[in-house]
Amino acid sequence: MSPQARPASPGNTIALAVRDLRMRYGTRDVLSGVTFSAQRGEVLGLLGPNGAGKTTTIEILEGFRMPSAGEVSVLGVDPARGDEAWRSRIGVVLQSWRDHGQWRVRELLDYLARFYVPFSAPEMPRPWGVDELIEVIGLSELANAKLMTLSGGQRRRLDVAIGIVGRPEVVFLDEPTAGFDPHTRREFHELVHQLSDLENTTILITTHDLDEAEKVADRIIVLDEGRIVADGTVEQLARQFAGATEVRWTLGGRRHVHAVRSGDPTGFVRDLLAKDEDVTDLEVRRASLEDTYMALVQRAEAGPSRFARQPDTEQRKGTGDASEAQG
Amino acid sequence: MTTNAFVARREAVLAGFSRGWIETRHMLTDTASVIWYVAVPVIFAIVLLVMRGNTVPGTEFALGAMVLPSLVGMSIAFGGLLGPAGTIAADREDGTLLRAKATPNGMVGYLVGKIVMFALTTLVSVVLLVIPALTVADELQLDPSTWLLLALVFIVGMVSTVPISVVLGSLMKSAAQTGLLFLASMLLIVPSGIFYPITAMPMWLQFVGQSFPFYWLGLGARSAMLPEAMAAVEIGGSWRTFEMFVVLGVWAVIGMALAPMVLRRMARRQSGAAVEAARERVMSKGY
Repeated sequence: MSPQARPASPGNTIALAVRDLRMRYGTRDVLSGVTFSAQRGEVLGLLGPNGAGKTTTIEILEGFRMPSAGEVSVLGVDPARGDEAWRSRIGVVLQSWRDHGQWRVRELLDYLARFYVPFSAPEMPRPWGVDELIEVIGLSELANAKLMTLSGGQRRRLDVAIGIVGRPEVVFLDEPTAGFDPHTRREFHELVHQLSDLENTTILITTHDLDEAEKVADRIIVLDEGRIVADGTVEQLARQFAGATEVRWTLGGRRHVHAVRSGDPTGFVRDLLAKDEDVTDLEVRRASLEDTYMALVQRAEAGPSRFARQPDTEQRKGTGDASEAQG
Repeated sequence: MTTNAFVARREAVLAGFSRGWIETRHMLTDTASVIWYVAVPVIFAIVLLVMRGNTVPGTEFALGAMVLPSLVGMSIAFGGLLGPAGTIAADREDGTLLRAKATPNGMVGYLVGKIVMFALTTLVSVVLLVIPALTVADELQLDPSTWLLLALVFIVGMVSTVPISVVLGSLMKSAAQTGLLFLASMLLIVPSGIFYPITAMPMWLQFVGQSFPFYWLGLGARSAMLPEAMAAVEIGGSWRTFEMFVVLGVWAVIGMALAPMVLRRMARRQSGAAVEAARERVMSKGY
């Protein structure tokens, strides 16, 4: 079997598929039934607060970790059984730290590229030309620099180059822009776009930053406590999460809040105003995707034990009263 | 598939050779390593000069001339036993090993690279013993059989120590624990007959010394470089060449049986999260 090229047939367009993925460490469930898939050429953002299970998911897909249960398929192969030919079609962008510090940029890329030469096929020549790749990541001037002299951003770009040097069909990026300044971050996003547009590469990228997911991903999956809580394009998610709307007003010196769980809040406001002419300071606020996600992150960071914080509880009670009063 | 897999593995072995050569070059152009490599034989030269006038107990033979070949054996043992353990622990922590794992046949390249590098750097440290050797050159007996036997001792020494070292390195929790291995090696040098004849030691220490490769590698190097008559002061009055190969062979077999198992287990556990945890530990604690 020679390494397969990207099939042209539309029938086989699923690059990643995960069904009912579960991971348990001792008695703690890190993943409890995760199901999703990605098309070829799709950029999938795996979004979630720290500890949601993103890294575990991506490491299972990379073949670095065995799941407790569930079905996993990457390019039609179970990563736990992936051979070296399969490995040659997968790109893993690792966060470098101080490895290969004495090596020079071109030296390391040349060395790693050699491993992909035997997996080259006429329709899919591997690996990338190293000089070409160095130019794409903008390190031509530093091709002979030692890795330990590179800045954080330069090193990250080299990490990407190492991840894609074998011309992979699927690329995994785990929190790739952690610790980036805004400029480097934007450069990095452009690099991801280049990859998916020019090469039709399937990309799975994890992040805890909604803004980043919105910028790079075609589709976002939100993971929370080992479960998928949302899956869709940015527009779909925005619509899904924008359901709840808060209406606030003042009546007789007292502040009232009412949450319209779904649908159009206009009717409620019309009734409210018609019923009571003394209503002032009216506010209608639709929760954005960001609000919903921030609430998720805050809850995850506070931890389950501190979930019910005192001020929140009081506010909620007030809300309930007001709503009830309005019938 | 099999042909292709074979070709891919062969390419990985070749890449491993260049990896070994590149890393050796890095080692030999790094100022700190060069100072270390040169300092050790210079210290030995000083030690041998201090020993001047002392003779091997019961003979007229210069003690320094007996110590030098032992140092050759010790350099082989240290190069093979300490080096790999330290780098494997470090490579696991900094993500080098994870990169190898993410590359098709990358572990093959990594291992071949390590073997080549340690063989070359150990060879350098052995060759540098020429410096202290000059102080005792008159007493040594060097002929063609010397070089043949030395080459054999070198190869057997590498084969018997590197796999054990790989096992120890894989079992270590962090690179910082390599220091313990260094300490243990230093302690084992005492009953190894390298700086003082083992026959002058208490019986129980002689047994301890003979259980580890240090003694046998020193003995092998002495048998290659000293006059035949000097065998008289060894245990049993002989160079025991056959026993030397047997004991070192046992170490090699134990090491080679354990190494792939332990290495696979370690590689399987390796993940981005593990590297991240190590990085955070080093950033906050400094080791």
